[in-house]
Amino acid sequence: MPNYRIHKTEYIDETKRVSFKYDGKTYFGYEGDTLASALLANGIHLVGRSFKYHRPRGIVSCGAEEPNAICQIGSKKDLTEPNVRATELELYEGLEASSQNCWPNVKFDIGGINNFISPLIPAGFYYKTFMWPKSFWKKVYEPLIRLSAGLGKSPTEPDPDIYDHKYVHYDVLVIGGGVSGIIAAKMAAKNNFKTLLVDDKKILGGSTIYQNNESVKIDDKLSSEWLKNEIQEIKKLSNLTIKTRTSIAAYHGYNFLLAKENLTDHLPEEKKKNKIRQRLWKIRAKKVVIATGSIERPLVFNNNDRPGILLSNSINKYLDYYGVTCGENIILFTNNDSAYETSISLHKKGIKNIIVDLRKSASSELIKQAESLGIKIYFNHVVTNTFGYKKINSLEIMKLSEDGNTTIGDKIKLSCDCLGMSGGWTPMVHMHSQSGGKLDFRDEDQVFLPKENSEDQISVGSCNGDFDLENIIDKTVNKINKFLDIDNQDYQDTNIICSKENDKRNIWLLPNKIPLGKTKCFIDFQNDSTAKDIKLALKEGFRSIEHVKRYTTTGMATDQGKLSNMHALGVIADTAGVKMGTLGTTTFRPPFTPLTFGTLVGRNVGKFFEVVRKTSMHEWHVENNAEFENVGQWKRPWYYAKNGENMHDAVQRESKAARDSAGILDASTLGKIDIQGTDASEFLNRVYTNAWSKLAIGKCRYGLMLNEDGMVYDDGVTTRISENHYLMTTTTGGAANVLSKLEDYLQTEWPELDVYLTSVTDHYSTASICGPNSKKILKKLFPNLDLSDENFPHMSFKEDKLENINCRIMRISFTGELSYEINIESKYGNSLWKMCIEAGKEFNLTPYGTETMHLLRAEKGFIIVGQDTDGTMTPSDLQMDWIVSKKKYDFIGKRSLYRSDTIREDRKQLVGLLTDDPKEILEEGAQIVSDIKSKPIDMLGHVTSSYFSPNLNKSIALAVVRSGKTMKGQKLIIPMENKNINVTVSDTIFLDKENKRLNA
Amino acid sequence: MFLINCPFCGERDQSEFSSGGEAHIVRPKQPTELSDDEWAEYLFMRKNIKGIQFERWNHVHGCRKWFNVVRDTSNDKILSVYKMGEKPPVNYK
Repeated sequence: MPNYRIHKTEYIDETKRVSFKYDGKTYFGYEGDTLASALLANGIHLVGRSFKYHRPRGIVSCGAEEPNAICQIGSKKDLTEPNVRATELELYEGLEASSQNCWPNVKFDIGGINNFISPLIPAGFYYKTFMWPKSFWKKVYEPLIRLSAGLGKSPTEPDPDIYDHKYVHYDVLVIGGGVSGIIAAKMAAKNNFKTLLVDDKKILGGSTIYQNNESVKIDDKLSSEWLKNEIQEIKKLSNLTIKTRTSIAAYHGYNFLLAKENLTDHLPEEKKKNKIRQRLWKIRAKKVVIATGSIERPLVFNNNDRPGILLSNSINKYLDYYGVTCGENIILFTNNDSAYETSISLHKKGIKNIIVDLRKSASSELIKQAESLGIKIYFNHVVTNTFGYKKINSLEIMKLSEDGNTTIGDKIKLSCDCLGMSGGWTPMVHMHSQSGGKLDFRDEDQVFLPKENSEDQISVGSCNGDFDLENIIDKTVNKINKFLDIDNQDYQDTNIICSKENDKRNIWLLPNKIPLGKTKCFIDFQNDSTAKDIKLALKEGFRSIEHVKRYTTTGMATDQGKLSNMHALGVIADTAGVKMGTLGTTTFRPPFTPLTFGTLVGRNVGKFFEVVRKTSMHEWHVENNAEFENVGQWKRPWYYAKNGENMHDAVQRESKAARDSAGILDASTLGKIDIQGTDASEFLNRVYTNAWSKLAIGKCRYGLMLNEDGMVYDDGVTTRISENHYLMTTTTGGAANVLSKLEDYLQTEWPELDVYLTSVTDHYSTASICGPNSKKILKKLFPNLDLSDENFPHMSFKEDKLENINCRIMRISFTGELSYEINIESKYGNSLWKMCIEAGKEFNLTPYGTETMHLLRAEKGFIIVGQDTDGTMTPSDLQMDWIVSKKKYDFIGKRSLYRSDTIREDRKQLVGLLTDDPKEILEEGAQIVSDIKSKPIDMLGHVTSSYFSPNLNKSIALAVVRSGKTMKGQKLIIPMENKNINVTVSDTIFLDKENKRLNA
Repeated sequence: MFLINCPFCGERDQSEFSSGGEAHIVRPKQPTELSDDEWAEYLFMRKNIKGIQFERWNHVHGCRKWFNVVRDTSNDKILSVYKMGEKPPVNYK
């Protein structure tokens, strides 16, 4: 097996060998490696196939910007993870990784055929091709696209890992632990700012930490040695917290940032167990220092995507940090000085390399150093093509013309096994931009730089466009002193010696004799978009960078265009003949690197996903086979499956029992608002449509609440307990919103009213007993209470004691039966319920759930707000004009009831529907029409409630139908998938129109 | 995520609050006197300002009090908070 690990470094522990599997084969690396460095040490460059053309692709970078080396980690259904960047994944014993987007395998990939038909897959290919015929979309195109698309596989079972969230507050947050970040953190912490320094890598130090060029010195030491000293010093600072393996995912307004800390991803399987995998830090910082550095740019030339072509600086890091060389015969292709550092490093380790430089000449210290070492430099040359299928084996260079627009002279063919490219540096302005900061464009090296700050933040170091070490340190110190309003002198006498770069020669799309259509000049490696695609988009009329991006998908892959966005902009600017600074950039959106869902969700999974509210009778319901329905956060019994009944049978039994003898419902979840104050009656007058002033003490009244737009908002029964004391009930789901709405009016519109609102929903439990035998059951429970119709009529309220515990009893009915609601302090709810059940035994008192409740009220034509209404129904639409007071001067929504739209006669109105076949049950939500022949079919409305009534022995339904009020007796049609159901419009009340049962 | 200085509780995270739209829209005292257009003006018409906006917020997961906020919608900076019933600060237009 080849070994490309050519020397020892302090970051690789050669005593700790680590075995791992890649694409099923076992390899070895060392502790300190990333998956990428370990693969390169084993001579593996080819790590995947490209998204569209399935071209072989290799490792390009050594960090978060990696477009190609993304892999699938693990194979367990619950733990596998796609799209992990091999360049960031720390190697651990037992790691299993595989390449993505290739079938059957990375070396032989059937999709590779796309590479040869690529002229047929231009930008916007999917938009243009899969449009016609329409019927093909669902059955042919979509399944095909889905099959071949996608990067990696998601886990199919719940994630067993533990994730955590934590809130923290700091005076200063420093993002990035390179030279500038370390200096900033030290200055802040030493001046009494509580400081947090985060860095996404395992160790601090950025790219300076492995710098070993003798010509770069700080205080007569190698810059890396000097920096190590600084790191030792800041570790001693008591008010500095350092978080490594922590990356900022998002920078929100008001200096609120989200950071992801990796806690166990680098540990072997057995050490991961029972530990928190990742933690999401929610950071509020008074001030933020952004020191996120910069990333090297690739160059755009023909076949610039072959395995073995990397960023020049990454070759340097693999060599000096990991001890791994990316090749034995390396060519560096550059337009600036930084490739020379790589070249010198390689040379020192005995790796043969030559430089192809776009510039006509250059004469910085670094270049002189390279020349003196005898490194061959081709100035004023450009790479025009590369060769080698699974790895680069040679390339062609040509001379550049004077203006740089074309190539001249003869091709020179050079052999190599690795090509490093350096197109200059892009400052990482993501954090600055996410915070709302604007950007400036600097023409000389074609970079966007932080400009205005909208937050209390500052950018220092190379993310601010300061590139050589002296510049970086000087400017960082000055800016931090100013930013924090301090006068730190620590770096006053720091003596920095480094090479100064003089010029660059930036050409976004490098010239080539071959016409663009026949070359493959990749701009976005991960999404496979080329310079040609971008030019095509412009030709087709796209101008905005946001449109070109979406049309060509440039910058839209999991790497979010970290390597490609600048080049896309450059090619657009060149082609359209505009200045690059005027184009703007695409929006930098969080997250900076992908986050796992687990990190975002944290502990809020499983039973912690949402609050569950249970009534005090809940245990009894569980013991008695209740199936539960979620109503808001409440668990309400839906039906009680007796002796293995299905839902239909249970509901039929419950409904019949409630009307034949007695039924009992847990009504504790209804919203209860205690209303007190001298203006309580006036307040109710204003919030309900009907009149309240004359409601006698001890009486109950049903009320309908509207929104200011006249639409029904909520309903419920309110009881006058004493002169200035009412108890309002609301729908279960609407309780919180109703309280908020009432508070809003009290605080903002009617602050003069003396009214106090208190939510008492959880304070009382409610058992509702209905049916002809309910009075007998009440008599057993409250033997001293006079239950006669004279003393305790329908819609009235009494107080009594149940074994010395106060109860509020309302004689109110949502079923149309004689009915009582007993309210008791919640802690006694369960006892109350059991006593009711016990007392009701001889009367076959049957517990019923929400489904039966819905059925019983539908028989009576009572609406359920939110089921029969949807925020577009007025009281009149519901045929409830009777509840709207004509006398009251004003109430919420009154004026809207006679707007031109609300008085239209062809509004959708609530009606009853009876199916011609009484056994046929309609589907709720089904559309209603009168004529199925005319096309398009005119939709008249829809079914809102539908049940089979055991008490009427037929199917009943409520529906909203256009002009329904005038349609009684008319025939309508419900078209279903396989048949048309014939119905007749009826009254909304199906049972006991005379309300005889209320006093039965 | 805003930090909002509730006039009753002090600085709190935005997640404790809910927004209530434009401020200083007074419910007409005599709605019945209004034409459809006038009522619609109150009911539906809201400004959509890029710049300084007066808006209502409710400390819904706190003291439950409503109050007013002056916010620059172009950069989300909250310039001032004041209680219901108080006059808006005059230095913002």
